[in-house]
Amino acid sequence: MKISHQEVLHIARLARLGLTEEDVERLTEQLSDILENFEILQQVDTSDIPPTAQSGALLNVVSEDETAPSLPPGKALANAPQKEDDFFRVRAVLE
Amino acid sequence: MTEACLERVRQIEPKLGAFVRVTDELALKQAQKADGLLSEGKASLLTGIPALIKDNMCIQDIPTTCSSRMLENFVPPYNATVIEKLNDRGMVTIGKANMDEFAMGSSTENSALFVTHNPWDLSRVPGGSSGGSAAAVAADEAIYALGSDTGGSIRQPAGFCSVSGLKPTYGRVSRYGLVAFASSLDQIGPLTKDVTDCALVMNAIAGYDSRDSTSAGQPVPDYTKCLTGDIKGLRIGIPREYFVEGMQADVATAIRVAISKLEELGAQVDEVSLPSTEYALAVYYIIAPSEASANLARYDGVKYGFSYQEGQNMWENMEKTRQHGFGPEVKRRIMLGTYALSAGYYDAYYVKAQKVRTLIRREFDEVFEKFDALVTPTSPSVPFKIGEKTNDPLQMYLSDVCTLPINIAGVPAISIPGGFAGGLPVGMQIIAKPFAEETILKIAHVFQEATEWHKMRPEIQ
Repeated sequence: MKISHQEVLHIARLARLGLTEEDVERLTEQLSDILENFEILQQVDTSDIPPTAQSGALLNVVSEDETAPSLPPGKALANAPQKEDDFFRVRAVLE
Repeated sequence: MTEACLERVRQIEPKLGAFVRVTDELALKQAQKADGLLSEGKASLLTGIPALIKDNMCIQDIPTTCSSRMLENFVPPYNATVIEKLNDRGMVTIGKANMDEFAMGSSTENSALFVTHNPWDLSRVPGGSSGGSAAAVAADEAIYALGSDTGGSIRQPAGFCSVSGLKPTYGRVSRYGLVAFASSLDQIGPLTKDVTDCALVMNAIAGYDSRDSTSAGQPVPDYTKCLTGDIKGLRIGIPREYFVEGMQADVATAIRVAISKLEELGAQVDEVSLPSTEYALAVYYIIAPSEASANLARYDGVKYGFSYQEGQNMWENMEKTRQHGFGPEVKRRIMLGTYALSAGYYDAYYVKAQKVRTLIRREFDEVFEKFDALVTPTSPSVPFKIGEKTNDPLQMYLSDVCTLPINIAGVPAISIPGGFAGGLPVGMQIIAKPFAEETILKIAHVFQEATEWHKMRPEIQ
């Protein structure tokens, strides 16, 4: 499976990941190599096999609806790059 | 003991590079408290014992970097559950351990901070991603360490540094406060100087936690009770697919010798087949990056972590935050995972991998109807040279070929010192069915009592 520069740029956009031209060049080559190795899975007959999302035996874990202390705003915001009062500050989403 | 470890750190850390941070102030404070508990007769077996914590587990008010530029200045406001549990037993935290960035790697060369060296040969890698944890325990900088294992990240470095490293059953240890990489595969576990220590740390960290909805409710046994010194009649399978093509011949030989030892000690040994093993690498490198791409979406430069502010708009800031905050391997895996989850490829890659995951799990289930445990090499080679595989991601991925299937199936496995090849460590992996950590520890302990490998210590030049 060869992937193109354009596909790499499309995926980077989906992932909101900025890439340099050099990154795009390198990733196009490396991802193509890696994806080629994944083709081995097409040999496996999985027609009646259900997918496994996780290996634990637990299903539908729910917890009691109980109030408990949570982080105070000051602590929750302590690592914020930008804040204002008790809020995270972000650039305008709609311009 | 804390002072002795800190002195050792001062001496050899410039050569080794295992610590991202030495928490000497905290350690000495905790050691004093431990002295108090000891004199009052309130100590546990872990009270006052200096431990090193992989830098992807949160300790309140101590930076947790994941060896990434993205989290270089992140200071967690809370403790991971494993830290709380160990603190309850009087742990002395002497530092945070270097690792591959976000636990993605097999050599600790992907740390954005610096490279860690293997104490057995400083020109070689310690393995990864818990390379700092393994190197420090092997070099006597810490008495034990915590690591995390998503595809071999405890066992492979344990093997490369000749220490014991256990990846528990998925769900056995709470992941609360562990920075997420691939949530259906990640588990925290101990890296120790011997199997008894491994059991002691497991006693402290295992158990249900309401803050991790995937943690298991099974009661936690006293893991030291299974160290009985008797494996007569235990059925051990040797899966032939794990002696892979391209495996270093003297590594295979060392493990064959170790297996004969187990037979001599009373185990019934037979060859067995796990035919889907050859698909494990592809399954892992689809599922783990897919989960990673979702988990790492949180690094947007808004809530915490590195934040690029100079862009024209919000999207540019987010893209540049991620561009400058993540290193090459993390970017590669985000791209791979995003691709496997994207429209048009989701069924062909992600769902297909999940289905083959079912087949791999079923094979383990079937084999464990006939066998109590499986024994394999931990890695196909001895520790490789620093820089040897950094330009070829596929070659690097192949160094985990014997450990990946275990995370895919969610079963527990240990790596213990199994011998040496050309003066370098060879790890032996012991695998059992879910929640059969006791069987693993029993076999590992009997082997350890009959051999001297775990007592050998590197001479750091």
